[in-house]
Amino acid sequence: MTQPKASPRRAAQRAIGTFPRWPVYLVGALPGVWTFWLAVSDQLGADPVKTLEHMLGLWALRFLIASLAVTPLRRLGGPNLVRFRRALGLLTFFYACAHLLTWVVLDRGPDMAAILGDIVKRPYITLGMVTFAILVPLAWTSNARAIKRMGGAAWQRLHRWVYLAAVLAIAHYLLSLKSWTLEPLAYAAAVAALLLFRVFSSVRGNRPPKPVETG
Amino acid sequence: AEPLAFDKGPFGTTEPLTPKKDVTTYNNFYEFGTDKGDPASYAGKLKTSPWSVAIDGLVAKPATLALDDILKLAPLEERIYRLRCVEGWSMVIPWIGFPLSALLARVEPLGSAKFVAFETLVRPSEMPGQRGFFQPLDWPYREGLRLDEAMHPLTILAVGLYGETLPNQNGAPLRLVVPWKYGFKSIKSIVRVSLVERQPPTSWNMQNPREYGFYSNVNPAVDHPRWSQATERRIGEGGLFAPRRPTLPFNGYGEQVASLYAGMDLKTYF
Repeated sequence: MTQPKASPRRAAQRAIGTFPRWPVYLVGALPGVWTFWLAVSDQLGADPVKTLEHMLGLWALRFLIASLAVTPLRRLGGPNLVRFRRALGLLTFFYACAHLLTWVVLDRGPDMAAILGDIVKRPYITLGMVTFAILVPLAWTSNARAIKRMGGAAWQRLHRWVYLAAVLAIAHYLLSLKSWTLEPLAYAAAVAALLLFRVFSSVRGNRPPKPVETG
Repeated sequence: AEPLAFDKGPFGTTEPLTPKKDVTTYNNFYEFGTDKGDPASYAGKLKTSPWSVAIDGLVAKPATLALDDILKLAPLEERIYRLRCVEGWSMVIPWIGFPLSALLARVEPLGSAKFVAFETLVRPSEMPGQRGFFQPLDWPYREGLRLDEAMHPLTILAVGLYGETLPNQNGAPLRLVVPWKYGFKSIKSIVRVSLVERQPPTSWNMQNPREYGFYSNVNPAVDHPRWSQATERRIGEGGLFAPRRPTLPFNGYGEQVASLYAGMDLKTYF
């Protein structure tokens, strides 16, 4: 028996394969631009700095989770969105940059002595900075040239550091809060589920076929 | 909110007031939810009339007083106080209230009374933060003061702000205001006041004793274990580009209250 050629699933995957990547960057940037607009036009409530900082950090985490979801989604029979994964990863990095900049410039002053003191003394800030430090080389090598230069295996080894970044990002988030509510715990559960998926699939040893393109 | 009659009180400040819109929409009142906007969104359903406060424990004349009788205990005054939240932000709020000492005098504390314990209303049907699986605090919300702190003239029970009765999200109809302590000490919507001999359990201290002490005096020299308390952001002061300002010991009320803690190590008793 052969698969019917025009199955809706295949058609959808073909559409994904030809869909351009730039709209992902554009749409992904919108919440940041919109939040920044609300902040400068004094529509972010009583403490706009805190809200802006918090929103940008949350978007970084959301895009990080989205990029981690690409592989499990494909393996569980969903569409293959791997050609958009680089965009999701780079959006994570852009939002992390904006989040860090908001903290340094708008929240802390920028009072460099206080900032350095915070990085050393405050575990949640230390964790945030380590997370950011991990994201830098990942973003730097998120291009075809870097993959070619490094070789696929080395590149993939480097990019597995994203798993640690995700764990640290969650720890950074939880430790910054006065009390844990449903929302942060839901993000933590999402990251835990996406990482456990990888643990179990590597234990079972059925590695997926190499993706056509990685990002 | 209804208009209130009041006199100008002492301990004022010339600092600009935090806009009423911010005072009434940016609140920590976990009984209505953990988001700063939740209290303003959900506190409207709270029924604050009739309201009574039970005053019991080590007192000669325990009583359950209706709000109207409490309002007759002392003339209402306006107290313009700085409020410093443990999270690192601050406001300047024109409260209307009267000294807590007037209420305590009414019930005649016994010599054995050393502390005052306070409790907030528990009414899940009107307080959505008290419903559901996941709740950040044990209810009722509890707070406490040493008796001398409670009797201090700066310590008031507030029934209004900005010339009107308290909006529900700010702790209607009756709340504590202790301006030299972090905001969470200033318990809202009080239903019970007990004079006790031993230091009473308090909500945030129960939730995390390492991070929230019983005293919780505003102190830039003692950091919260997870963040610095050296500076604060004044809400409503220039929005996105306003710099932080230094936090003052005892929130700037050291002249009035530092003597209460003479000889105490404020790093130990944080």
